[in-house]
Amino acid sequence: MILQGVFDVLFNGLSIGAVLLIAALGLAIVFGLMGVINMAHGELMMLGAYTTFVVQNAFKSLGEPLFGAYIFVALIAAFFVAAAVGLFLERQVIRHLYGRPLETLLATWGVSLMLRQFVRSVSGSVALAIALFALMFWGGQWLLQRRADWGEMRGRALTILLPLSGAIAMLVGVGLNGNKAIAKPWFSARNIDVTAPEWLRGGVSWGSFQFPIARLFIIVLTVLCLAGTYWFLQKSAWGLRIRAVTQNRSMSACLGIPTDAVDALTFAIGSGLAGIAGCAVTLLGSVGPNLGENYIVDAFMVVVVGGVGKLVGSVAAAIAIGTLTYLLGSGLIPLWMTQLQLSETLGPLFDFFTFFSTMSMAKVMVFVVIITFLQVKPAGLFPQKGRTVDA
Amino acid sequence: MQLNRRKFLVLGSATAGSILLKSCASPTPSAGGDGAGSSAKSAAGGGGDTIKVGILHSLTGTMAISEKTVVDAEQLAIKEINAAGGVLGKQIEAIVEDGASDWPTFNEKAIKLIEQDKVVTVFGCWTSASRKAVKDTFETKDHQLWYPVQYEGQECSKNIFYTGAAPNQQIEPAVDWLLENKGKDFFLVGSDYVFPRTANTIIKAQLAAKGGTTKGEDYLPLGGTEVTPIINKIKTEMPEGGVIFNSLNGDSNVAFFKQLQAAQMGPDKYPVMSVSVAEEEVRQIGKEFLVGHYASWNYFQTVESPENTKWVADFKKEYGDDRVTNDPMEAAYILVYLWKQAVEKAGTTEIAAVRAAAYGQEFAAPEGKVTMQPNHHISKTVRIGQVREDGLFDIVFSTPGPVDPLPWNQFVEKTKGFACDWSDPAKGEQYKL
Repeated sequence: MILQGVFDVLFNGLSIGAVLLIAALGLAIVFGLMGVINMAHGELMMLGAYTTFVVQNAFKSLGEPLFGAYIFVALIAAFFVAAAVGLFLERQVIRHLYGRPLETLLATWGVSLMLRQFVRSVSGSVALAIALFALMFWGGQWLLQRRADWGEMRGRALTILLPLSGAIAMLVGVGLNGNKAIAKPWFSARNIDVTAPEWLRGGVSWGSFQFPIARLFIIVLTVLCLAGTYWFLQKSAWGLRIRAVTQNRSMSACLGIPTDAVDALTFAIGSGLAGIAGCAVTLLGSVGPNLGENYIVDAFMVVVVGGVGKLVGSVAAAIAIGTLTYLLGSGLIPLWMTQLQLSETLGPLFDFFTFFSTMSMAKVMVFVVIITFLQVKPAGLFPQKGRTVDA
Repeated sequence: MQLNRRKFLVLGSATAGSILLKSCASPTPSAGGDGAGSSAKSAAGGGGDTIKVGILHSLTGTMAISEKTVVDAEQLAIKEINAAGGVLGKQIEAIVEDGASDWPTFNEKAIKLIEQDKVVTVFGCWTSASRKAVKDTFETKDHQLWYPVQYEGQECSKNIFYTGAAPNQQIEPAVDWLLENKGKDFFLVGSDYVFPRTANTIIKAQLAAKGGTTKGEDYLPLGGTEVTPIINKIKTEMPEGGVIFNSLNGDSNVAFFKQLQAAQMGPDKYPVMSVSVAEEEVRQIGKEFLVGHYASWNYFQTVESPENTKWVADFKKEYGDDRVTNDPMEAAYILVYLWKQAVEKAGTTEIAAVRAAAYGQEFAAPEGKVTMQPNHHISKTVRIGQVREDGLFDIVFSTPGPVDPLPWNQFVEKTKGFACDWSDPAKGEQYKL
């Protein structure tokens, strides 16, 4: 009886924790290792979810049984799409803002708004206009760079090139809007319908327990991502470089580690993991432009509670928060009190837990516990040892 | 040089700013005019070549998805009326304002429509929060709002006409039907805001009065997607199955239905009755998660009547074949026509006269005949639909005729025995029966 209860709490705590962890894993790398507060992390997840949608639609024409396998293709595609966007973001925006956390926060928040609006309004004409702009602006720069006097004319060239290519692209975009087929939004602001493959929709029974397969899949996926990240950071050459740069940037640079490339790679991997998380959460919830909002706060919470810079901290924090949410939200505590005939003797405590046993109140309680915890241990569960070098 | 440019910028923007401010301020001479004065002024909106009406919904933000469809329905009705010659021989001109899913913005835009555009009436709002935000404005300025969405009741403003269902036209018949056909054990799930909380208070009182049991209730924060504890709670409380009454809103529905299916709790043992899931939402949640579950509304796209066939065809012709029609859209379509009939009966757009003329107006709506009652709500047919394979609803129950609206709930102790009647000055908002 008690054993069954404990097992129930463990499994469900783990399954909530796995969702939290997979959402937080990319952030743990970007925020933990690089110290970049990436507010666009949720939107990178959203891009992963939309990639899943696109892949799913591409597979629809293939029919069963191939359709059932789309999720694996989607996972890989989501990783690379999100990683590519992350890479672009790092090169164009974040690179210029290292060591300035507040500006990074604002800039990435702006990027998150832009990405959200982008999926709402992207259409054939918008995509063409953006491609045209990119071609003219960066292509033009590339051409001009060959000239010998590039160094002195750079400022002037950019002031002409930027508005010029922007204006041309905008005109083309507006012109194309006349054509209804091209101007039709690809996704629109509505939520889109991502259907899990048939084999992921059921559940398996074991004794009196039932495990939803989607949840098991996410747990397995989280473990795989975690193992992969751990292996990459601990065993590979680039992992070693990343850890070296995290510990002491200038010393690493002196020893010949290309810190620039390391930053780009780290950010791309963190973003790619966000993409995988986005693909995973399509199995559970809705997919829309605002998908990121639902996960970003929880993801930061996991990283902060776990201790910035330590993967093991994020793991422990995710499982702890998941278990706590389940314990409070499922109303098990008052149930057990009734079964053990303690509800009378512990009257006020019983009322207290009954009051907090709905999901929305459980969330309040979890936040209270976390705030209290951070008062006691401000650096989280597993604080970074030694002196802080960067900052 | 540097300094000069900066100085120029500062001075220039200051000048531009003050000019802008002045031009914005001038059209609103005195915001605090007395009720009679401003309503007389706004009635002057009917004096030109067109009659100006306001449309106030969220075109951006989280509510845009839903509210945009309602705007489409209202504009279709206006377009039809204009094509048929307009109202009182004049064309209707709709001024569309964006409430931006932000309740204070709704209030600002309502003031703008009344004071600046001098519209003769406003069609608008979706969430109860936005309606409550503009209610005071419409009451102090003695203007008129037409509100097209089913809501929790317990309100009866002189300055609002409600064309969506009151609880006794949606929630209560649904509970009765479930008690009769699906069992006595209920679990209530809702989003954490005013509509689900009030609705569940009503359901609990009704179940207590009619011999059902509330096995539990749970609330999810708006937008929340972690429903595991709720699903396990339902399983613990009702291991043999039972009815789930769902008033979740928006995104949470997707998570709820997806994970309900993953837990292998199908509609045979755990039928879910939803009050915020219509055709549009079915498309977004994914119909394969919903097949076999129920929803209660006054209108479904599958209602069989000549009026509905025509309306659905007209709507698809205007907005595209892939669009669906649903209950709030139909209520929005109705209210434009009811307003038009009231104006024609009154022979003027003056607000008090239109209000008095509105009582008793009948309209052959797509859902069947509707009648505006003196309590500012309309009689509506109640239907229960079951989601079928193509994402539309099979109508499994429908009341024989329109049900009269009761804004004050008769199961809740505080409002039991009260009614509302604005046609009689002695009765008004709330009087004892």
